[in-house]
Order: sequence, then structure tokens, then C-alpha cells
Amino acid sequence: MTESTGGIEMEEDMSGTVKKFAFINRKAPYGTIYALESLEVVLISAAFDQDVSLVFADDGVYQLKKGQATKAVGMKNFSPTYRALEGYDIEKLYVEKSSMEARGLTTDDLIVDVEVLDSAEMAALLEEQDVVLSF
Amino acid sequence: MKFGILINEGPYNHQSADSAYQFCKAAIERGHEIDRVFFYHDGVNNATKLTEPPQDDRHIVNRWSKLAEEHGVDLVVCVAAGLRRGIVDDNLAAGFRISGLGQLVESGIRSDRVVTFGD
Repeated sequence: MTESTGGIEMEEDMSGTVKKFAFINRKAPYGTIYALESLEVVLISAAFDQDVSLVFADDGVYQLKKGQATKAVGMKNFSPTYRALEGYDIEKLYVEKSSMEARGLTTDDLIVDVEVLDSAEMAALLEEQDVVLSF
Repeated sequence: MKFGILINEGPYNHQSADSAYQFCKAAIERGHEIDRVFFYHDGVNNATKLTEPPQDDRHIVNRWSKLAEEHGVDLVVCVAAGLRRGIVDDNLAAGFRISGLGQLVESGIRSDRVVTFGD
């Protein structure tokens, strides 16, 4: 994750501007690169001291599944990074309830502590965001 | 209004490059400002000057270059996503520049709206 830490220098002084950023993760972790590259943006946003929330919906809930074993498919298991987010002061993780339940998962299956929101609560959360990036 | 634009899909393969371009053009015509267009995921493939579509097709890459030239739109390609896909300074089309993901976050902070074009 160190390769993408360039470019964080500010072009103008925006210190003090804190916006609410929500990153919506909707894809399974390894079939496409979206999950991994989303995580890279999330980590960079932490360097900007923004108010960051992560949302996991649809197949995106699989990103947090315990016991990811990726060796056989030749991919790096990046799921431990989600546990490290706390160290970057990224502590607001939300899972969409019906997505989780539709996949037979409970919070016990997930590698991090999350808040489970139903669709109305999720809509309210997104309504109050300044920037929503969906991957 | 000031817009930040995020493009997550490659040209020709997906509509997002076309939709984003049309959006930028329309916004500028209406007097809005495009703060930055950030190319991420396969969107970085919008930036290669090696692109050569058939004569009767639109030239997506040149279209971006023209937008940058005529309106000074800042076209930024993510360095990490670009390196993964072989997009480097050597094959970068006119008007684009390579920088870090911080440029996307920065544009989000600075813009009134960020609009994502992708799947």
C-alpha cells in the first residue's frame, strides 16, 4: 500500500477544511480490482484528516469476510488492512443489513467491528455526506 | 459550481469516459468549472497516446487533450493505477499529468460536487 502515497502535497492551503467522505464498497474483493484500489484511496484520505466513513453493500460485504484464503488464486490477501484502519483513525465502518443477510452472513463472520444499518439508515448516512465515492 | 470528476473505467470498453466527457463539456458551456478530472482503476487507459481507434470512431484520448488545451481542465492520472497498467510518462497523451491519489481527495475537498463515472 506504500506505492500510492505520493501526491499528498497540497496545492493550496486547505488545512482546516474537513469534509465528510463516504466510500461505498459494492464489489467482491478479488474478482475485480475495485476493492483493493478503493482501500488505497481510503488510506490516502486519512492523510488529509477528513471525516471518513466506509460503507459495505451488495457483494462488498464479502470484503470483510473472515478467513479469506487467496493463495490458490494467486492474489494477495489484503483483508488484514481493514483491521489496520483504526490506526489511521478510520473507525466508521457500516454494513448494509439486507446485503449481509442475503449472503447468509452475520457480524460474527466479519474481521472488524461494524455498525449494521438498514436501508433507511443508510440513506440518512449518505444524505449527510459531502463526498460520496462508490467503488 | 465547481465539479470534481472521477473516471473509473477504460475508454471504448465502457460508457463512463464518454459520459464524463459530455458532462464536462456541458458543464463548461453552462459556465461551471471543472476543478479536475481524475482517472482511476482502468480509467487510466484514457491517457495513453498509443490509442488509435478506427477513422470513423470518436478519438476519446484526443478529445480529452483538446478539452485540456481549450479549457485548461486538469487531467490527472493516478500513478499507482497507471503503473499497474503500463501508463507512464513515456506514453502519456498531451494535457494529462501523472500524480497521486491525494489529488482525488484534494479535489473532493475543494469541489462543490464530485461526480463518479463508472460501474
